[in-house]
Amino acid sequence: MDKNRDDRLRFHRRELLVGAAYLTLGMSKAHATMIVGHLPWTPNAGNPPTAALPGPWMFFTGEEGRAIEALADCIIPPDPQTPGGKDSGSAIFIDRQLAGPYGRQEGLYVRPPFMKGTRSQGHQSEQGPAQEYREGLAALDRSCKARFEGKAFAMLSDSDKDAVLKGLECGEFTLDGADGKAFFAMVIRDVQMGFFADPIYGGNRDMAGWKMIGYPGSRYNYLDWVNRHNERFPLPPVSMTGRAEWTPQTR
Amino acid sequence: MPSNRSTLAGIGLAVLLAGSAHAGDSDPQEFSQIERGRYLAVLSDCASCHTVPGSNQPFAGGRAIETPFGNIVAPNITPDLETGIGSWSDEAFDAAVRKGLRRNGSRLYPAMPYTAYTKMSRDDVLAIRAYLNTVTPVRNAVDANTLPFPFNIRASMRVWNALYFNHGDFKPDPAKSAEWNRGAYLVDGPGHCGACHTPKTFLGGDRTDQYLRGSFLQGWSAPDITGDTRVGVGAWSTEDLVAYLKTGHNRVSAATGPMAEVVSLSTEQMTHSDLNAIATYLKSLPGKQDHPQTLPKEEPAMVAGAAIYRDQCSACHGIEGKGIAKLFPSIADSSMVRSDDPTTSIRIVLRGARSVGTQAEPTAPGMPSYRQLDDAQIAAVLTYMRNSWGAAAVPVRPADVARVRSDTALRPD
Amino acid sequence: MAKILPKKDVVIIGLGWTGSIMANELTDEGLEVMAIERGPWRDAPTDFPPDYMQDELRYRVRHELFLRPDQLTFSFRNRIDQTALPIRSWGAFMPPNGVGGGGVHWNGEMWRFLPSDFVLKTHLTERYGAAFLPEDMTIQDWGITYDELEPFYDRFEYLCGTSGTAGNLRGRIMEGGNPFEGSRSRPYPTPAQAQPFSHTLFGKAARELGYKPFPQPSGNLSQAYTNPHGLRMGPCTYCGFCEWFGCSNYSKASPQTTILPYLVRKPNFSARDHSEVTRINVDKSGRRATGVTFVDSSNVEWEQPADLVILAAYTMFNVHLLLHSQIGKPYDPIANTGVVGRNYTHQTISSVNGFFDNKKYNFNPFIGSGSIGMCIDEFNGDNFDHGPHGFVGGGYMGQVQTGARPIESTLVPPGTPKWGAAWKTAVKENYLSTVKPGTGVHGSFYAYRDIYLDLDPTYSDRFGRPLMRITMDLKENEVKQNKFLTDKFAEIIKTMGADKLAIQYRTAPYDISTYQTTHLNGGAIMGTDPTTSALNRYLQSWDVSNLFVLGASAFPQNAGYNPTLTVGALAYWAAAAIRDKYLKNPGRLVDA
Repeated sequence: MDKNRDDRLRFHRRELLVGAAYLTLGMSKAHATMIVGHLPWTPNAGNPPTAALPGPWMFFTGEEGRAIEALADCIIPPDPQTPGGKDSGSAIFIDRQLAGPYGRQEGLYVRPPFMKGTRSQGHQSEQGPAQEYREGLAALDRSCKARFEGKAFAMLSDSDKDAVLKGLECGEFTLDGADGKAFFAMVIRDVQMGFFADPIYGGNRDMAGWKMIGYPGSRYNYLDWVNRHNERFPLPPVSMTGRAEWTPQTR
Repeated sequence: MPSNRSTLAGIGLAVLLAGSAHAGDSDPQEFSQIERGRYLAVLSDCASCHTVPGSNQPFAGGRAIETPFGNIVAPNITPDLETGIGSWSDEAFDAAVRKGLRRNGSRLYPAMPYTAYTKMSRDDVLAIRAYLNTVTPVRNAVDANTLPFPFNIRASMRVWNALYFNHGDFKPDPAKSAEWNRGAYLVDGPGHCGACHTPKTFLGGDRTDQYLRGSFLQGWSAPDITGDTRVGVGAWSTEDLVAYLKTGHNRVSAATGPMAEVVSLSTEQMTHSDLNAIATYLKSLPGKQDHPQTLPKEEPAMVAGAAIYRDQCSACHGIEGKGIAKLFPSIADSSMVRSDDPTTSIRIVLRGARSVGTQAEPTAPGMPSYRQLDDAQIAAVLTYMRNSWGAAAVPVRPADVARVRSDTALRPD
Repeated sequence: MAKILPKKDVVIIGLGWTGSIMANELTDEGLEVMAIERGPWRDAPTDFPPDYMQDELRYRVRHELFLRPDQLTFSFRNRIDQTALPIRSWGAFMPPNGVGGGGVHWNGEMWRFLPSDFVLKTHLTERYGAAFLPEDMTIQDWGITYDELEPFYDRFEYLCGTSGTAGNLRGRIMEGGNPFEGSRSRPYPTPAQAQPFSHTLFGKAARELGYKPFPQPSGNLSQAYTNPHGLRMGPCTYCGFCEWFGCSNYSKASPQTTILPYLVRKPNFSARDHSEVTRINVDKSGRRATGVTFVDSSNVEWEQPADLVILAAYTMFNVHLLLHSQIGKPYDPIANTGVVGRNYTHQTISSVNGFFDNKKYNFNPFIGSGSIGMCIDEFNGDNFDHGPHGFVGGGYMGQVQTGARPIESTLVPPGTPKWGAAWKTAVKENYLSTVKPGTGVHGSFYAYRDIYLDLDPTYSDRFGRPLMRITMDLKENEVKQNKFLTDKFAEIIKTMGADKLAIQYRTAPYDISTYQTTHLNGGAIMGTDPTTSALNRYLQSWDVSNLFVLGASAFPQNAGYNPTLTVGALAYWAAAAIRDKYLKNPGRLVDA
């Protein structure tokens, strides 16, 4: 989202230079402005989301990537109807989120001192999510290697993977150097988030998660269906990037 | 009217009386003439060109008027003696407005619509002068010569005038009603509607055979405003047309782009009887009345367009394309959507638009920019809108969208 | 040194609901009004258009429309004996930012408070005796009655085009409406919204159990509407992206849809965005405000002098600015002295999710609006006899599901694994047939001596000023109230036909990390006694008579309803007092 905003501002500035009138009205939204006389307006306004680009990991190392993909497939296993967490892109989703403002804790209050509080006082760690993933994945592989003859998590058999994760969940399998229970809860949350977030962010590929549950996506008008009780909504899901039907199909 | 008073004496008197520089033969105390002039200045939309938008110096000039030949900067028409028109004689003012003649005898460019203003009477023009004399004089020297070669040679305007300029007052048609004649006068004279709505030759002259059938300027297509029922205002009632001009909005459409400015500076301030007259006149014009074939629903662009429309447009414009009166335009009923030239529709979808806010309709709803859709998608959804709900129009091609995208890329408006 | 701007008649801090209302009212008096807003200018076509507003990750999970904690946050602790720690990312509530304030991303619930809510202390003491109330409970009467506020409730409802069914029209109880509501002078301007399947099922079940269900009064409109300013709104399209999101199609009441396009046309109004007021300035006597100091986005400090200062920010920022400006005596819970920071309250929210047989029920749960739903009011305020139950307060409850955005709404029945094949199957089988009522139980939150706001000794903001410190916990009264209401609610969900229920009670300790609602109240409360209230009944500061403080910070305690309608009505009430009384004779409107 960030880069997009920068591009937009740069573009605006260029546009603004063309029209002196707009400069004097100070309509760039980046800075404090005066609003007088009429509602502000600029063409091409808005800040649409930037699509997560395909390609190599942006945050994870290769090893971390293998671990997170394995985790994604344990949390959302593939089945004949619906792909699993890995193939639907949850690992890519998390990678792109961690490489972006979320991973950097942008906008959060990160001033010291950091003190341990009660549970009801909320997250007080100095580490952001990016650091928590880095340390959590390293600790997971370290602990697996120690327990399973040098095998990293991704190399374990399916049943061993499940056993490790169940152990993490109930606190019986502890990690050296990370809170395994909290780490796994975070991974579950994020893998599932990727499965249900708009595909523009890299997960939920081909709207697999939405198709699975029958969610029709980022629509904006159900006026024709609000009174049709207990009848399945007939249209396919749509994402912010559209759906296949948006592209004219030349016969 | 004290027409025998010398210009200089007039200035002196005005300075004495008002403490500011008023000029010309008109008397600042002549309320009725000044008021008539003020209204004629509204009808003529003088402020649109001669006031920089957002500035608090009315008529001080300096706004660049885009023409196909380059920008022409509108002059200062406040009564400032040196930089405005304070020292002009009424004769000179009238010659400029109605004949396109500068004080040195050279020609104005027809960005100044003297080709239309010539339909006004000398009395009308002097009333405008009387009004302009009452506005605050602003010292603002404007360089009017900004056209590139060869258009900067004003002598060329002699030839142009010979081709395109018919000097003379409005001549009423006795066979028509007084209201119709008033409408014709307003449309062709002060309103200078043809300046935007009549197609132009390559030299910028009116193509009179296509009178008011839609044109193109400043990156917008101005629609057909004849009584054509498909692409003109033929399907609008007189009330629809009056509401549009008075409030910027009606059950079908909303004014945006340059027309938004025309509404707020001019038509919003017109009287109801004048707006009725304009409507009566415009609706009487036959237009071209052609009937293109509706595209079949199975056309790939129609299929894609229907999907995009439902997913992206129906939130405001409705699943059936009917919109919400005076808030969201009715795509189904909009002749603008079906215009031969889709430039404005493309531009609105691509870049978004803010409709005009008026006293009667202050909402000024906006259309978001859909620039993230690709050219084929925007072409498809517009093609669908132009060929649904009983409408028919030639498809919009992706290349049309690409053209508007690149033509408008650097525009600030 | 601050650059000094030309003086205005009125400066308004914050251009949300109350700032917009006040600006509009005072410009009508011909006053020169300047509004100063911390966040950006925002509007539907430019900031929340329908091509990408439906983004649960960006707007719900990452809170994009809200204030960023690094710009300003608060510290929090449950008890006086604990060390408060900063809220590093938003949890229990989401402070707004930007033009329109919370009015941009609220749900649009348009509830009036009950007549007894305004005289709560008197009412409860008379009915149950003073000993019935917990000893540390510090509830108060408001200093205003429902009947006094009614015309202003009405104005705000008609401003917004509110959709609903009247329950008490000029004293006559109306079929289909809320029979417990106070008498209203007019019906709602537009009919109630349509109700999706599960919402109507709730209504049916409630009726079977002997309750009188009614549609939730809604600022998401059932039909197109033109308000008294001539501003047009469209019909809600039930998109399911209301709360957390801006409305793309002009169908949710907000300052943007109901006031601002009209207001900006006035030549005596102007606004500055991206400008944060850091202090209300007072003269040497400390009794008169001289204007405000603000910092723009380039970190340039400005001073805007004004004759009248309207503090119209969100609850928390109102109190924060008063504390920083040293206006009004800060509250001290130990000594029980001072007024600024006292009677801070929230809302007692809980819910019950119902899991239905997917072969029989498809709720299309993604179809919804912010204030859709069928509700009952039998257990609100003092609509029932509290005598046998040992607590006071209550709330409305209802199936008010606002949509089913899939990150948050993919629920599984209790006992299902949280991940793996079983989880995946359960999600698939339950999404369309689960009832997830959002704020299903919407309970009151009364005031206590040791729940309050003050300045933090350790943590500071980007200007180096102390953060404001929240000391807040859930008391036994509210926990009991919530248990009672939640059980009643679960019974209705069960009667709807749910196979399985997931019941979540609200329990102590108050948790700052899980979302409850953003209905924070108090801290600068209105009242009749300057030793226990910061404002008089006209929301005028007792201490600085040319300062009025709008918003829910004036609530002496919170009722079992969403606050916005009362916040808006109070803004109109205060504006009327300024117009009719203050401007004619500037000074204290109430003798202390």
